[in-house]
Amino acid sequence: MQRIIKGRQVVNDNWHLLPKETAFEDVPNSDSVIVPANLWLEHGHALTLRDGGLGVWLDSDEEPESIADALEHFQVIAINFPAFTDGRGFSYARLLRERFGYKGELRAIGDVLQDQLFFMQRCGFDAYAIRADRDPETALAGLDDFTVTYQAAADQPQPLFRRRLA
Amino acid sequence: MYVYDEYDQRIVEERVKQFRDQTRRYLAGELSGEEFRPLRLQNGLYIQRYAPMLRVAVPYGLLNTKQVRKLAQIARDYDKGYAHVSTRQNFQFNWPDLEDVPDILAELATVQMHAIQTSGNCIRNTTTDQFAGVAADEIIDPRPWCEIIRQWSTFHPEFAHLPRKFKIAVNGAKRDRAAIEVHDIGLEAVRNEAGELGFRVLVGGGQGRTPYVGAFINEFLPWQHLLTYLEAILRVYNRYGRRDNKFKARIKILVKALGEQVFAEKVEAEWAYLKDGPNTLIEAEIERVSKFFVDPAYETLQDQSDALARLDAEHPGFARWRSRNTFAHKKPGYVAVTLSLKPTGTAPGDITDKQLDAAADLADRYSFGELRTSHTQNIILADVRQDQLFTLWGELREQGFATPNVGLLTDMICCPGGDFCSLANAKSIPVAESIQRRFDDLDYLFDIGEIDLNISGCMNACGHHHVGHIGILGVDKKGEEFYQVSLGGYAGRDASLAKILGPSFAQDDMPDVIEKIIAVYVEQRTEDERFIDTYRRVGIEPFKERVYAKNH
Repeated sequence: MQRIIKGRQVVNDNWHLLPKETAFEDVPNSDSVIVPANLWLEHGHALTLRDGGLGVWLDSDEEPESIADALEHFQVIAINFPAFTDGRGFSYARLLRERFGYKGELRAIGDVLQDQLFFMQRCGFDAYAIRADRDPETALAGLDDFTVTYQAAADQPQPLFRRRLA
Repeated sequence: MYVYDEYDQRIVEERVKQFRDQTRRYLAGELSGEEFRPLRLQNGLYIQRYAPMLRVAVPYGLLNTKQVRKLAQIARDYDKGYAHVSTRQNFQFNWPDLEDVPDILAELATVQMHAIQTSGNCIRNTTTDQFAGVAADEIIDPRPWCEIIRQWSTFHPEFAHLPRKFKIAVNGAKRDRAAIEVHDIGLEAVRNEAGELGFRVLVGGGQGRTPYVGAFINEFLPWQHLLTYLEAILRVYNRYGRRDNKFKARIKILVKALGEQVFAEKVEAEWAYLKDGPNTLIEAEIERVSKFFVDPAYETLQDQSDALARLDAEHPGFARWRSRNTFAHKKPGYVAVTLSLKPTGTAPGDITDKQLDAAADLADRYSFGELRTSHTQNIILADVRQDQLFTLWGELREQGFATPNVGLLTDMICCPGGDFCSLANAKSIPVAESIQRRFDDLDYLFDIGEIDLNISGCMNACGHHHVGHIGILGVDKKGEEFYQVSLGGYAGRDASLAKILGPSFAQDDMPDVIEKIIAVYVEQRTEDERFIDTYRRVGIEPFKERVYAKNH
């Protein structure tokens, strides 16, 4: 079982991440699954009728707008970082949180490493599946790299220039 | 200038700690080279041909003397006794040891300096006019706005991994000395009919291997909306900029691909959500930041035109220097002075630790303890009393700062080139030097007049060759270094890109080639015509004919 960072601690993960090419027939009924976005777009209604938990994942070229009107169906939304230098997922996370009002778990998957966690957290992620060859316990430290931030973002609705006045 | 409060200070100190740990993990093998690379780049650390190169941020080119003395000390203690002013107004050290970099950053943090985002695919140092705050043609002082952009862009969580680097420049004056039209975003202060302040916003300019003059997509953005609008542009770029090919990843390629109209619409659509949100700027913040940029304690003085003219007559060297290396000041009795870092025989922009200390000393005594760097790789004392100009000139000569060539042919912009940089195809410093040697006659140099000669050692264009009146680009042909010459670039208002003259030349031929180009100009010019004016009038053909003439 994979161990992930969630709520600032390392926990066992019960979710199954289904790969992109998964056929609808192969989705188990009772497990908790995170389905690829295309599967959701094709079989959305049927997927909501399953017994198990439902999440969806977006690749870095799949826009969050495509699932924006269905957020209430997902307990988890995962965003894939094919490489940690692909920063599109940061924008997607902010949009899901700040524009579309998603309140459930927002998980970073893929090339997820310690040195990006602070920024990810600021953009609204609250769960991190650290790359399998790295220790999530060590990576936890990345969440606390800074104690001051200038900008408003998903974690902080007021920019520093407004907080300075207070 | 801006002074850190506890928040700003804590951020740079936490950065030092973070980078110290990243460096430790890299050296311990816990971070691969590939993983460390973007991290070190976002801290200005390149692995160069012989040693790492550390680029230290000089936000919009402003320095106090404590900071300059710290740079001198770092040059002495961690480098080979010199530093280099870059074309983004930053300072570079060419020889630090990787293991020492966290300590260097800790030293910098003690004087409110850092190397944050001086490289990498993120928002870089915001640049502006080196005469900001003192220029007579200024509409607004751009520095508070640069500082506001600096804070907004520092560790912006959403834009830490953009498709490519991102450069913003701000101009607050009538003349554009900040080359805003060849930036990813150019901002120009304007007032509307009601006298309210706003910005004209340009996107998609840039140099590099595909140079473009940018397009204005907003003619009047009220100042309150500056950050939300920037955020909208950056978000569109972050989402849709190309990531499959780093040579096509700059925002200029996206703007071209979509068309500026469509790009502008996408920005508008994104902005509609962000507008009037918490990032909307407020009067109190503008006031807070502007307070750091109020005028120094100027005295009430008269212009010294007559006295200076008398000194000119007695000392032709002073007259020559004054005509090139000083810049008119908004306050009567004051003048801005450029310290030339372009004497023949020194790499353009290089400065020794002793010179740095000397410059700090001069700034304390003559210019309210502040210095500036320019994108043309010189140093400026912005607030010198005219009645002290002659004495200052004497001191500048002793320190090697008084080469009277600002704006002339030998005041070249030049990247470090193949002598240092591992990206370069060719050396650039020796070419600069051979041209400086050819044009060492001051009378001739003055007769040629204002001309921008810019040299880049490769198509990344750090030496701004696309916007040089004469641009030189180092190219690699089957392992040999050659130089391509282009003409007609211009970085100011209504910027233009230079056109390639023809086949490239060997390094040894370069002084002859430049001499021929200059000869054509001297023959063809009408009175008062600068090189760029003559070029625009007569076109490239006469130059081509002369340079490539067979029967020479």
